[in-house]
Amino acid sequence: MTATIIETNTTPFKKVPVDTITLDIVENALRNAREEMDATLFRTAMSPGIREQGDAFPLIADREGLMVVGQFGSFIDGFLKGYDGDIEEGDMIWLADPYSCEGAVSHNNDWLIIRPIFVDGRLVSWACMFGHMTDIGGKVPGSMPTDATSIFEEGVRIPPIKLFKKDVLQEDILTLVLHQVRMPEWCRADLLAIVASCRVAEKRVIEICERFGDDFFTSATDELLARNKRAMGHLINTAVSTEKVSFEDYICDDGRGFGPYKIKCTMWREGETVILDFDGTDPQAVGSINFYLNENMFKMFFGIYMVMVFDPQVMFNDGFYDLVDVRIPQGSLLKPNFPAALSCRTHALGRIFDILGGLLGQGQPEFLNAAGFSSSPHLMFSGFDKDSGEWFQLFQIGFGGIPGRPWGDGPDGHSLWPGFTNVPNEFLERYFPMRITDYTSIPDSGGAGLNRGGNGILMTYQFLNKGTVSIHDDRWFTYPWGVNGGEPGARSTKILRRADGTEEVLASKCDRIDVFEGDELDYITWGGGGWGNPLERDAELVALEVRRGLVSVEGAFNNYGVKVDAAGTIDAAATEAKRAELAKHQTEGEIFNFGPDIETIRANCKAETGLDAPIQPQW
Amino acid sequence: MPYRLGVDVGGTFTDLLLIDEETGATWRDKVPSTPHDPSVAVISGTKAICDQAGINPSDVGQFLHGTTVATNAVLEGKGAKTGLVVTQGYRQILQVARSLVPGGLAAWITWPKPEPLAALECTVEIEERLDANGGVVKPVNKDQARAALESLKSEGIEALTICTVNSYINGVHEREIGEIAKDVFPDIPISLSHEVLPEMQEYERALTSVANSLVRPIMAMYVSNLRNELRTLGMDGRINLLRSDGGLMGSEKSEGHPVNLLMSGPAGGVTGALWSARNAGLKNILTLDVGGTSTDVALIENSEPRLRRETSVGHLTVRASSLDVKTVGAGGGSIAHVPELTGALRVGPESAGAVPGPAAYGKGGEQPTVTDAHVVLGNLPAALLGGSFKLDVDAATKAVQTIADALSVTIQEAAQGIIDIANENMFGALRLVSVQQGYDPRDFALMGFGGAGSLHSNAVGKLMGSYPVVVPVSPGVLCATGDATTQMRYEHARSFNRTVKQTDDAEVAKWLAEMRETVARELEEEGVARDQQTITFEAGVRYAGQGFEVDLSIDIKDFEAGNGIKKLQATFDEEHKRLFTFNLDVVHEIVNLRAIALGQGTEMPAIKLPDGDGDPSQAKVSDHTMWAGGTEHAAAIYDRSKLEAGDKIPGPCIVTEMDSTAVILPDHVGTVDTYGNILINPAS
Repeated sequence: MTATIIETNTTPFKKVPVDTITLDIVENALRNAREEMDATLFRTAMSPGIREQGDAFPLIADREGLMVVGQFGSFIDGFLKGYDGDIEEGDMIWLADPYSCEGAVSHNNDWLIIRPIFVDGRLVSWACMFGHMTDIGGKVPGSMPTDATSIFEEGVRIPPIKLFKKDVLQEDILTLVLHQVRMPEWCRADLLAIVASCRVAEKRVIEICERFGDDFFTSATDELLARNKRAMGHLINTAVSTEKVSFEDYICDDGRGFGPYKIKCTMWREGETVILDFDGTDPQAVGSINFYLNENMFKMFFGIYMVMVFDPQVMFNDGFYDLVDVRIPQGSLLKPNFPAALSCRTHALGRIFDILGGLLGQGQPEFLNAAGFSSSPHLMFSGFDKDSGEWFQLFQIGFGGIPGRPWGDGPDGHSLWPGFTNVPNEFLERYFPMRITDYTSIPDSGGAGLNRGGNGILMTYQFLNKGTVSIHDDRWFTYPWGVNGGEPGARSTKILRRADGTEEVLASKCDRIDVFEGDELDYITWGGGGWGNPLERDAELVALEVRRGLVSVEGAFNNYGVKVDAAGTIDAAATEAKRAELAKHQTEGEIFNFGPDIETIRANCKAETGLDAPIQPQW
Repeated sequence: MPYRLGVDVGGTFTDLLLIDEETGATWRDKVPSTPHDPSVAVISGTKAICDQAGINPSDVGQFLHGTTVATNAVLEGKGAKTGLVVTQGYRQILQVARSLVPGGLAAWITWPKPEPLAALECTVEIEERLDANGGVVKPVNKDQARAALESLKSEGIEALTICTVNSYINGVHEREIGEIAKDVFPDIPISLSHEVLPEMQEYERALTSVANSLVRPIMAMYVSNLRNELRTLGMDGRINLLRSDGGLMGSEKSEGHPVNLLMSGPAGGVTGALWSARNAGLKNILTLDVGGTSTDVALIENSEPRLRRETSVGHLTVRASSLDVKTVGAGGGSIAHVPELTGALRVGPESAGAVPGPAAYGKGGEQPTVTDAHVVLGNLPAALLGGSFKLDVDAATKAVQTIADALSVTIQEAAQGIIDIANENMFGALRLVSVQQGYDPRDFALMGFGGAGSLHSNAVGKLMGSYPVVVPVSPGVLCATGDATTQMRYEHARSFNRTVKQTDDAEVAKWLAEMRETVARELEEEGVARDQQTITFEAGVRYAGQGFEVDLSIDIKDFEAGNGIKKLQATFDEEHKRLFTFNLDVVHEIVNLRAIALGQGTEMPAIKLPDGDGDPSQAKVSDHTMWAGGTEHAAAIYDRSKLEAGDKIPGPCIVTEMDSTAVILPDHVGTVDTYGNILINPAS
């Protein structure tokens, strides 16, 4: 199946000379257009997930569908291959099913709009954006059941269809879909906001074509992609070795009691091409933690990491795709067979970035960052308001510790995802029946290091109304690893305190937890891994962080060897002695510190986490 | 006392404009700024300009002042050491912030870990809690509060901020804690967040209140010193400061609320542009204020500049109203470079600054700047500032040649490229305030000012289709003009957060009436009698559930008559459709209400030029050569002071005056209006 593009003007585009300066102008103009897409979305969307937290991603592509500006995108190729129909001027494609687009979106909650942009009867560009819908129906509020075994349990699936034909909204299909979801008003507003954003991009692209000519525009996008390819080719040649390097990491569990699941990637260069091979990754899970990873998407992740790690000045787009060959085994966790469940793919998606960091940094540890991409921890809380009787439903994304980095300490309680922000607690308290009694980073949760890992967050929700909670998190079993002598960060945990004072540890992935007025939930996220030898960290800085409540007195002593009291006064002699003692136990030359091995973690699991260890999956 | 004096303190120069309110006669002066103590230049400039006009400082009835003292304190990290008091459980409110890492995917790898505006070791928690309706969940534990405040004494704080959760609804706990704090810290300024910003969102409110504390001591000292020195000079008239939102506030008042002065400087440019635009008979204006390192742009529609609810200075964004001025790192000193890896031409954001400055300034600068590119193209005469400042053409040529070599193009092409990229960056900033807000730039005139604004305005106006391009009178001191021509203004906003189903016209009317009283009293205290005041109202409205509101003008009479909400809904739907192309069938929420009191401005007359015959040749200084559009053109240099009303100046040419140079491009013509503004349009 491939899409057929109908152009009323079949004149081929002329390749015209593109001078550097005008090219830069086109690039700037496209980048401005992309920012306008974001601004339009945030101003008009309704769900806190999109409008407060920013869980939505735009792109503008060339006529072939290669991303020229944007991030987290490159959905068009997968869509074009999976769509057996005509694409005409005035179409607005709507799509929310990973299996219809080769994983270009990775779970049904992500609603994608694709807008072909025509000028004078010819396709010149594409504008797209997807956003995460708070609810798309299905068996649990939030539509991401941790115990699903097929995608049919994960809310409404939308194959590529035309939401607009000749720019006329197809009300019937919108009505049909919105009838399936728990929050139709939010979904409608968010979807129309995404549509409006794509229209903004289209307007800008057309203006650029009017200003410089269509032939110039298409030649310019070609050149922008080529320019990136040249720069990336240079980077790949200098930063990627012909010798194979491998890295593996884990998803702690599958929400059904099994785990951990291994993701493995091997990287090497053959000539100009870099190969990224996921051979050795575990087979697909029965549950919903599978991540249908689109090859182009992964090329983009790889490219962005290369750029950010080695040379942040390079402007990023899809131009370098020919230089990367991604191999993912069919039937694995990263390319599951239909109809495997996919909704909780956020953990594997996050872990992919730890793996990329680990892969790229091995050859050059000075560029290596520690681990911290736990996942994107979710909290869902829903129910009927006791006074008004109205349905309420919250989907909230949490944050944790940014890893320790060559550039310095990892920020505490920040987002690893681009553009994401927290929801103001006063907003939560105003619009949802809850009170946030504690909102703080957790001392010592960031891995010790010369550059400290960022601390994880403790957020205590006090529920003021009966309701149901779902939780999605990971890194509760394996550790966010440290590097170059840095220690691992602390793991995540969730504790539910009933109004009567009894406590229970909740699973890292769970649904249908009933909560009642007065119950409290401690939502604790992971800390980032540490970078470099903690014994080399300036004792004065350690002492200052004790005064700041970011490191405890005990943590300063045990992890950094700094003897300091709560007022920040250092005992220099005791510090020297402790540091000398700790130094004796340090092993030289290990790049990674993963904490204890899996078997030890398993053996200590119940005692340390309060939860039973996951069972090793069998295939 | 018929004189008023506007003074704008910039990074390099302090500009002064003295106006005779009766005749409209003006005197302008520029003196070097004195960054170590900006009041030195203000005082010496004041003396100088009074001498120049032959008056005594006591003849000046109003001293109006735009200042970047607060701005620079923030940018240079020279604010006060500030203590912060928060609700128990929220000590890390500024540390965790909104959790946002700016930039794209993986931007966290290089993003520096930010330090909070109030240090964590200076932040303490108080046992107290209000609920989301302002009800007391837990009263203030006064003993614990006192002990916590006492513990801050050893930190040597110079200012204190109190921000508790949900205080935007009810300030009772902040006031209680404030009383204890006054007792513990009798000598330092204390800011309460519900007074600085009575709006929802604890982080933004805390940050804004801390920013207020941060600049309070330095501003209080600067303002009170300045006042004392002006009084010593014999100036006993009113001393007002320009706020970020383009209004004025009394100098005493400004000492307590300096967070409202963070954009005082750029606001002067916008109000100055407003005044010039009125004289030129224009209502819709885009402003382009080009300085040495950066460019400020703003949009004025129907003689009203756009306001935003935020102020951004460097990386700090706080919730304080400011004129919607966008800043880009493109100015006369911006450095051009060609990164090896991509071979792309980049201009800025690095700047040569005042030292060493552009190569053409001959102060040791070697890197090619935008100014050097102008020199190569012939956009600047060989000497500036009325001949007192010679440009080093050879040094400029040598610098720009490095770019030409890196790109393998001619030197003129390289210079043109540098200017084009700088123009594109300015265009990008102008888009943010125009196109992105739903305005068509073709409906606007473009006014360039500041040292280099008129060098770029014709080209940028051409890019945007914004005509006429206006070269205002005295573009180099337009900010001081703005300071001198502004009205008193006071604004009061409150969170309302009710859907139209949860409220009614009577309730809104009651709130508005209360707020009207508040602003009227404030302005009265500033010396504006009630019959001299104009009071207007705004409401921030959204579809319930949206995150951003659209600000709409409202009339209290509609609510008193019972049809205010109905009108408001219709206006909102119309505006939403215009901005975002769609409407929703969702209940409307009134997010906040705002009352704005304006004092009547004294209309300042402008001076008319003698009528000319349309031929500017009396002002022609010499023939000249310029590069534009890829070719060399025979051009001319004109002396602005000799132009007469009605003169038509054909492009390409440059028009010089004491503090600025204007470029008129080929195929364009500049027409001198009655008041001396030059209006550039395409030659038809």
